[in-house]
Amino acid sequence: MHFHKFEKIWLIVGSGTLIVFLLIIGINAFAMGHTPPSEDEILNPREVDTTPPFDEPGLKKVSENEYELVMVAQAFTFESVKDLKIPKGATVHFKVTSKDVVHGFQIPKTNVNMMITPGHVNSITHTFDETGQFLILCNEYCGVGHQAMGVPLEVIE
Amino acid sequence: MMNPTVDRADAKLSMAHIYVAFAAVLLGGIAGLLQTLVRSGSIQLPAGIGYYQLLTAHGVLLALIFTTYFIIGFFYAGMSRTLGKFYDQPYRMGWLGFVVMTLGTLLTTVMILLNEGTVLYTFYAPLKASPLFYIGLTFFIIGTWLAGGAMCNHYYISKKVSKEKLSPLFAFMAVMTMVLWFVATIGVAVSVIFQFIPWSLGWVDGINILLSRTLFWYFGHPLVYFWLLPAYVCWYVIIPEIIGGKIFSDALARLSFVLFLLFSIPVGFHHQLLESGISPFWKFLQVVLTFMVIVPSLMTAFSLFATFELAGRKKGATGLFGWFKKLPWKDARFFAPMVGMLIFVPAGAGGIINASNQMNQIVHNTLWVTGHFHLTVASSVALTFFGIAYWLIPHLTGRVLTGRMHSLANLQTILWAIGMFFMSGAMHTVGLLGAPRRTAYTTYQEHPDALGWIPYEVTMAAGGSILFIAILLLMFILTDLAFFALKGKEDFPIGTVADRAEKTPIILENWRLWLTVATVLILVAYTVPVVHMIEHAPPSSPGFKFW
Repeated sequence: MHFHKFEKIWLIVGSGTLIVFLLIIGINAFAMGHTPPSEDEILNPREVDTTPPFDEPGLKKVSENEYELVMVAQAFTFESVKDLKIPKGATVHFKVTSKDVVHGFQIPKTNVNMMITPGHVNSITHTFDETGQFLILCNEYCGVGHQAMGVPLEVIE
Repeated sequence: MMNPTVDRADAKLSMAHIYVAFAAVLLGGIAGLLQTLVRSGSIQLPAGIGYYQLLTAHGVLLALIFTTYFIIGFFYAGMSRTLGKFYDQPYRMGWLGFVVMTLGTLLTTVMILLNEGTVLYTFYAPLKASPLFYIGLTFFIIGTWLAGGAMCNHYYISKKVSKEKLSPLFAFMAVMTMVLWFVATIGVAVSVIFQFIPWSLGWVDGINILLSRTLFWYFGHPLVYFWLLPAYVCWYVIIPEIIGGKIFSDALARLSFVLFLLFSIPVGFHHQLLESGISPFWKFLQVVLTFMVIVPSLMTAFSLFATFELAGRKKGATGLFGWFKKLPWKDARFFAPMVGMLIFVPAGAGGIINASNQMNQIVHNTLWVTGHFHLTVASSVALTFFGIAYWLIPHLTGRVLTGRMHSLANLQTILWAIGMFFMSGAMHTVGLLGAPRRTAYTTYQEHPDALGWIPYEVTMAAGGSILFIAILLLMFILTDLAFFALKGKEDFPIGTVADRAEKTPIILENWRLWLTVATVLILVAYTVPVVHMIEHAPPSSPGFKFW
């Protein structure tokens, strides 16, 4: 099929740009470890309360300045510890599942954002380099109280 | 056989769909206005109406009912115009489709009004609506299949009778869009019929959530192309005639539609990038395919601007951009779709951001996404559909689009663009700050982050109010054109192909070939991850009614 000369240039430049974009995304994902949250672990969504580690949600120190935060999402809160306080510079591994419907898990001002589907575990890691007030919120509609589903998280000195 | 006007019986069938489409715009628009006012904390809803109930109504009425009815009505008219009066069998099938679709629509709408289906238009399990909500959706989809069947049947008979190897461009594009719809809706139909209905009736006690979401998005992304392609039909086939130009190339127009069929379906994972249970490799593969579907849009942009420039130069334009001034800016049939086209530039760029793995992490499920599709479907597509309605309705009702209505329609377009600038602009910005989509008014116990979003939400409400005024103006214009405007003859513009354009290769209309390639791509993109979802599934989930 015949393409006009200008159209050839336009399509080569356009497609070339797309290929560059894809290379950046691909290298960033697979060579630099920035793949999206894609945990493969499953559990019985009706037995979350008796399935470790979700039978004891909360903050656990793994090593110096490294923590695992196990949370259970349910309408309309994230269950873990009462006052979430994390020292500045700490790396936190979030490990979350849902007891009921699909929820979202997002912390504004950070890259933390993932879906929580019942029956599945999802996890993401973030290092909090600055002190301040943060907010863990649900960003997937989960029912009439969805807008109330958020818990504060404080990063302290 | 080309007809200068749409046959009167076919016109009735077409108009029936268009009435439903614009009734949905009015109702959906009211819901949208109320949502922006609630979200900004300006009002509280009376009479026990829920925010999420309105949100469900807004999504279903505008994204599903308005678009689908308008598209089908537009295609019936255009096929009657370019292929000739509908043969008896497809004509009856068309009316049957209308009845079945409308029964489904009424059933689903009633369930939403009764607060039995407040699950939003994506109806993610395990939120469980009344079985009648899902049965209504099933009827709606079966109705659209009958409509698509009617068009394919009419196309098939017409092609047999005329013995032409290539059908008119409009008919080809309409059939391609409906074929895309058939392939896409298989996913959602399988999910609703085999997963949702038995589960909501209590025949089974659980549902595979990940599988249901995957089947939904197998449908959900081609759905957006089902909205976009009819706008492209207008841009490719109708706009050249309105501006006094020619279709740049019939072959390239067909090629772009073939590419849409191939690449708009195996890409649903880019809506599920942040989910468990799908490996990063398969997510990335579908991101690559998502980027492929940008190529036919690049081709479209080139063809359209080539048409504009050639038409302008024919009218005596000089210099690099002189042709731009020669475009008929005062003609509402051109102005509304043209503004839609221009908005598609930032809208498409936003889409590339959304599909990019890492950037999606920032914007996923924030108001950014809502801002994005209010530029694509609610501006580019909607303005083009309005632009079509301005001449199509009087053409079908035997009236004319007068000068005064051209001016009012242009005012409507300007109001729409201004309203959307504020609403969508604020949504994009506050989304980057982290404000979630699909969420009622909230400050999360006076959290400083959430308090910072409120000024943007007020801007959204201001934009939404301007948009609502634009909807009222649209209703006035369309009512006038349907019932009160001067009697006469309004043209149904159909472009002709430029003389210099090359002959179209027959292979572009080889359905068996393109459907085979599309199937192979779908199987490659989905087989392994879907088998994994079924074999490695957690115990199923019970349903919940949290509203």
